[in-house]
Amino acid sequence: MTTATTLGTRSTPEPSKMPAIDWLLVLALLAVGGMVVRAIMFTPADAALGAVQRLLYVHVPSAILGTYVACTIMAIGGGLFLWLKDERLDRIAESAAEVGFVFLTVNLVTGAIWGKSSWGTAWAWEPRLMSALFLWFVVLSYLVLRDAIENREARARLSAVLGVLALLLVPFIHMTVYLFRGLHPEPIVLKPDKPSMPPEMLITWLVALGAFALFFFALLRVRYQWATQRDARAALEQQ
Amino acid sequence: MSTAFREPSFVADAIRIARKDLLIEFRTRSGFLSAAVFALLSLAIFRFSWDPTAVRSIDLAPGVLWVIFTFAGLLGLNRSFNVEQVDRAMDALLASPVSREAVFAGKALGNLVFVVAVQLLALPTLALFFGLPVGPEWWGVLAVAVLAAIGFVAVGTLFAAVASNTRLAEMLLPMLALPFFVPVLIPAAQATSSLLAGRPLHEVLPELKILGAFDIVFVAACTLAFPFTLEE
Repeated sequence: MTTATTLGTRSTPEPSKMPAIDWLLVLALLAVGGMVVRAIMFTPADAALGAVQRLLYVHVPSAILGTYVACTIMAIGGGLFLWLKDERLDRIAESAAEVGFVFLTVNLVTGAIWGKSSWGTAWAWEPRLMSALFLWFVVLSYLVLRDAIENREARARLSAVLGVLALLLVPFIHMTVYLFRGLHPEPIVLKPDKPSMPPEMLITWLVALGAFALFFFALLRVRYQWATQRDARAALEQQ
Repeated sequence: MSTAFREPSFVADAIRIARKDLLIEFRTRSGFLSAAVFALLSLAIFRFSWDPTAVRSIDLAPGVLWVIFTFAGLLGLNRSFNVEQVDRAMDALLASPVSREAVFAGKALGNLVFVVAVQLLALPTLALFFGLPVGPEWWGVLAVAVLAAIGFVAVGTLFAAVASNTRLAEMLLPMLALPFFVPVLIPAAQATSSLLAGRPLHEVLPELKILGAFDIVFVAACTLAFPFTLEE
């Protein structure tokens, strides 16, 4: 196993100047802005659900990116860090967790708003909601754990352990929450129907997914560059 | 004890470490006493938070039981690495010719005995305080409790090791471990509830399967992950 000193020599970045304007982020913001204009001005709202249905274009992409993309990067980045001991992998995992946490929060909040309007309740103990909530807690505890460790090497190592175990936990949470419903049948929860989406909505949704994916990776890149600068500064202060 | 060279044996090493931890616990009784008093007190306090005319005790008991097991168990888990920090005893443990995996297995085994002991105390107290019928279904409840305890201590021991390396230490353990206890607590509480309602054992098979699968996956994963939680 590598110690803090050897880590420092192998993958500590050189301090560099950050560009004044991050063009990828600007492009991503423009894409998200364009998507919002398209969703509000040029896409019809659902006849039954009304204007709140437009949350679909934020809610579902944030769920996909926050859950599948961010958490997978967090876990795989952590697992590879334990194997290769490259600090860059830890910074990728760290950035994915933090950006993913924002997306997961957006997902929960838009879900609550939509639920309040369409189901009549902002929160229901329903399998999907429970899975999303517990995953949110896992990522939150990952961030708190990182914050609680001063030593860079220990922080990377211990949070990687949590990240890898989180990937194993997710299938169990899915199994458990479906069991929960199986034993306690609830009144049928009205859910907005997605498969029979008209083409204009589907196109807008795909545009939204693309725009948010771009936004996600732009934020990930910014957060990663920030982490690189922070670690470079810490290395300089140690000298 | 003989000083002759012996082949390192995983099981023997693990049992030796568990025995050491339990001996410390038996001599000081600090962890067990606090966990036991906590469990009994909470059982009594929960009894007052509940209106027996509105909620049947049999509906409330499983939830109460599993909440108490969780928090009493966390008290024990915190202690398991705290004892190694006094005089940096952990360094001596790691310097000994014992594999890291065996250290983990020993720690987890000691914690398992601790948690099951708290459960053995809490189960009859629950039956007494909540006026539950006593019958053969309690063997099923005990089996569920032990099955859940295995996964509980595997995850809990690993996160206790992680938390002991942080600034927040004890305060961090519940936050790290509780989301991981979800697939243990929900099936265990539901199986307990079905069994206490007099349902046959085969009806709780789906819950037992989840608990069994969780035990296998997380005992293996946590044993493999444990060496990464240690400083070299």
